[in-house]
Amino acid sequence: MSMQKMRKPLGAAGVHAILGAYTVLALWPIFLVIANSFKERKAIFRDPLALPTIDSFSLIGFEKVLGKSSFGLYLFNSLSVTLITLAIVLLIGAMAAWALSEYKFKGNTLLSIYMAIGIMVPIRLGSVSILQLIVDLDLTNTRTALVLVYVAQSLPLAIFILSEFMRQIPGDLKEAARCDGISEYGIFFHIILPLVRPAIATVGVFTMVPIWNDLWFPLILAPSPETATITLGVQQFIGQYVTDWNSVLASLTMAILPVLIIYLIFSRQLIRGITSGAVK
Amino acid sequence: MKTTQTGWLGRFPWHIAVFLAPAVLIYTLFMIYPLLDSIRLSFFTADDSGAISYAGFANYVTILGDPEWRASFLNALYNNLVFFLVHMLVQNPVGLLLAALLSLPRLRLRSTYRTLIFMPTMLSVVIIGFVWQLILSPLWGISETLLYYVGLVDWFEPWLGQENTALVTLSLISVWQFVGIPMILIYAALLLIPEDLTEAAEIDGANHWHIFWHIKLPLILPTIAMVSILTFIANFNAFDLIYAVKGALAGPNFSTDIMGTLFYRTFFGFQLQLGSPTMGATVATLMFLVILVGVLFYLFGVQRRLRRYAM
Repeated sequence: MSMQKMRKPLGAAGVHAILGAYTVLALWPIFLVIANSFKERKAIFRDPLALPTIDSFSLIGFEKVLGKSSFGLYLFNSLSVTLITLAIVLLIGAMAAWALSEYKFKGNTLLSIYMAIGIMVPIRLGSVSILQLIVDLDLTNTRTALVLVYVAQSLPLAIFILSEFMRQIPGDLKEAARCDGISEYGIFFHIILPLVRPAIATVGVFTMVPIWNDLWFPLILAPSPETATITLGVQQFIGQYVTDWNSVLASLTMAILPVLIIYLIFSRQLIRGITSGAVK
Repeated sequence: MKTTQTGWLGRFPWHIAVFLAPAVLIYTLFMIYPLLDSIRLSFFTADDSGAISYAGFANYVTILGDPEWRASFLNALYNNLVFFLVHMLVQNPVGLLLAALLSLPRLRLRSTYRTLIFMPTMLSVVIIGFVWQLILSPLWGISETLLYYVGLVDWFEPWLGQENTALVTLSLISVWQFVGIPMILIYAALLLIPEDLTEAAEIDGANHWHIFWHIKLPLILPTIAMVSILTFIANFNAFDLIYAVKGALAGPNFSTDIMGTLFYRTFFGFQLQLGSPTMGATVATLMFLVILVGVLFYLFGVQRRLRRYAM
C-alpha cells in the first residue's frame, strides 16, 4: 500500500501539510522564548519574531538570573531528587513486581490490586495528611521528604509495567538457575534484574518526567530556598521579576534547554518505551 | 518452581516478604495512609488551638450548604468540567487525528513528526504556562502581530485577563501541551492492529478513510476510552497551570478556579480567610469522590461494554 492510493481523503502532500503545520504550532512558542532570551531588551519588543543578530545579541538576562537566583542549586535539587527517586523506584519496584509476578501466594491478586490503586487515585488528594506526616517526621524542607512522597507516587505504575515485563522472561532461565541451587535472591539480583534493563527507559519516563515537572509537592513540602526544585525556583523567580523580560526569558530558557537536550538524545528509546510496553 | 511446591505451609516464604516489604511499606505509609487519613480528617473540625474533634458531616454541610462555600465549590466544579470538556473536544480528537496520520503506511519523516509534536508534553506545566503568558501578553504584542499578518488583528483580546475567556484560554494552553499523550497512546494502539485486517480491506478496494473509520477506529475504542479516563483524572487533579499563570486566587474574579486551586486555598488560606486542614481534607475527599465516579463509570459503564464488542 502506498501513499498515492490514499488520494481520496487527502494526498501525501496533505498529510505532510497537516503534520508539518502542527509541528510548527507545537514548536514555535518554545522557539520564540529561546530566541528572544538571547536578545537585548529593546530588540525583544521591537522585533520579537526576529532571530538574535550581532547587534541585538545579549546575554544580560542570563547574567541577571545567575546573579540573582540560586539556579545551579535548583538544578542540583531537581537532579538529586529525581535520580534518587528513580533508583529507589527501580530497585524496590522491581523486587515487588518480581514477587507479584513470579510467586503464587495467598492474597497475591488482592495485593496486586492494592498496589494498583495509586495508578488511578492521585496522591495529591492525600496532601493534608502527607504534610502532617512530614511535619511529624521532622522532614519539612528536606529533599528526603520529596523523595519519599515521589517514591510512593511512582511505585504503582512502575510495578505494573515491570510485572508485565517480567512475565515475558522465559521460565527456562529461572528453572535452570533453581536446579543449580541458586537462592531466590540470587536469581532476582543476578538473573532477573539485569534482564529488566530494557524496561528502565519506560519506567524512567513515567517516573522522572512528572517528578521533574512537579510544582505541588515542592510548594507544600519543601518551599525553602535551599530545597527548591527547578520548577518551583523558576516559578518563584518569575513571580519576583515579572517585569524584567530579559530575566524572565532567560530563566525560562534555562529551565527548558536541559530537558530539551535530554529529550532529543533519548527520544527514540523514550517513545519506543511508551508505545511498546506499558499501556495498550 | 513455585513456592507452593516447596510446601509453603511448612515454612514461611521469607523471600517473598523481603521482596515485597520495602515497596508495600513506603507506598502504604506515604500514599494509602494519607489518602485514608484525609478522608478521616474531613469528619473532624479544628478549634483555635488546633486541637481537632469529631464533627460528623459538618464540613460537608458547610461546603455544600453555606451560600458562600457552595458558590465557590460549584464554581470550581463547573470550571473544572469546562476544563475537562475542552480537553475532550479538542485535545483527544486532535490527538486521534495526528495518531491516524502518523500511522499511515510509508509515511516519511514519521519519527521526526512524532518526536517534535511530543516535545511540549515533556516540559513543565509551569514553564509552559509562563511561555504562553508572554506570548498572549498585550505588552509584548506577539499575538497581535501574528494576527495582523493574517488580517485578523481586530480579533485580538487579552484572552488570559478577561473573565469570560481566561478559563478556555488556559484549557487550550493545556491542550496544546498535552496533545502528545493521546497521540502517542492511540498511535501505539494503531500499530498493534494486525496488517491482515487492513490488507483484506485494501484488496476489496477500500481507501484509507474507510479503513480507518470502519476497521481501525472500532478496534482502538478501548484505547480512546482509556485516554478519556486518564484525561478526566488528570484534569480533576490539575493545579500547576492555573497556579503558575493566575496564582492561588485563580482570577480574574475566580473565573479560572478549579478543584485543585480551591483545595490549595482552603488548605493554606488566602487573603483574610485562614487555612484549614480539615476543610482542605473535605475538599480533597470531594475531589476523590468526583474522580471515583468517573473511574467507576469507566470501569463498569464503558470498559465492560467495549470488551464485549472487541473481537
